[in-house]
Amino acid sequence: MMESREDMRLLLAKDLVIALENKDETKADEILDQIAGMRESMLFQEVGRLTRQLHDTMNSFALDSKMVELTAKDIPDAKERLHYVIAMTEQAANQTMQVVEDLSPISQALSDQANELSNKWDRFLAKDMPFEEFKNMSQEITAHFAQTKERVANVQTGLTDILMAQGFQDITGQIIRRVIDLVQDMEHSMVELVRLSGGKMKIGTVTKELELPGPVVPGVDDRANDVATNQDDVDDLLSSLGF
Amino acid sequence: MKILVVDDFSTMRRIVKNLLRDLGFTNTFEADDGKTALPMLKDGSYDFLVTDWNMPGMTGIDLLKAVRADPKLVNLPVLMVTAEAKREQIILAAQMGVNGYVIKPFTAATLREKIEKIFERIDKAGA
Repeated sequence: MMESREDMRLLLAKDLVIALENKDETKADEILDQIAGMRESMLFQEVGRLTRQLHDTMNSFALDSKMVELTAKDIPDAKERLHYVIAMTEQAANQTMQVVEDLSPISQALSDQANELSNKWDRFLAKDMPFEEFKNMSQEITAHFAQTKERVANVQTGLTDILMAQGFQDITGQIIRRVIDLVQDMEHSMVELVRLSGGKMKIGTVTKELELPGPVVPGVDDRANDVATNQDDVDDLLSSLGF
Repeated sequence: MKILVVDDFSTMRRIVKNLLRDLGFTNTFEADDGKTALPMLKDGSYDFLVTDWNMPGMTGIDLLKAVRADPKLVNLPVLMVTAEAKREQIILAAQMGVNGYVIKPFTAATLREKIEKIFERIDKAGA
């Protein structure tokens, strides 16, 4: 059995004392050389160990495909997604304001017309209206009914448009959630990098559950041409399946 | 006509409910994922299900599978309203027995058209 490094040194030291006591200079020099040689080999081993560690660390940096993917693909994608969120919220805001701007004058006109007719009607009830004017008022009332029907239909359409514009909240919410996931992924990878450069812990492989792709962001998710970009695509696909 | 609307976003549930009201359907109920929806469907004698796909807890496609696997619900008309737009997903939903598929963002006219189409088919099958 081989003796450990400590035992070896202890034996050498004892031999050295014996040699010095016996005034055996040749033997003492020989033992001293042997001890120095051991120290040197320890130093070389330690340098070797550090070199290997550095090499492994460098390899881990280079091979961590997750980091590569994050920086090369996911971050630019996230930027596109956030731009799309801005575009969608802007579109929804404009759509809503447009309807308000279109409907306000309609509502105002209806109100003015009702007020005017209401005043005339009061005069009629107070028997304060000549017959000629009454005939005109009757025509005005008939016209008012027709216009009201038409204008209220416009208001109803506008209200539906406002309602539909709120769909942005769902779509953008889903997109922002994905970006939050990405930020969490990045945070995780950064922590791993810090640990790695500290050389204390091994990098753990993060297995991510397959997720649903979610809303199609133009220019990001439709590159592979495997998504339906509008309802017509969906309808065509379904009818090809016999729907 | 009793309708269940399932979506994890309350804004979307509200939009769909309002559109259904415009179409004359006022007896609508809401659930925020499949897990909540399934017991409601089992106990509630619903006539129509409108569901999203991507939801936490239980997704819309799993809800659809569960509905088709339940002898009491197997014929329940199901309309999927979702942002999921991969061709393979649409095909999967069709295979699972969805009755209509609308991708978000959608228009009021599209939703109306798909719902009317579903009921037209049911009326024809029933006649």
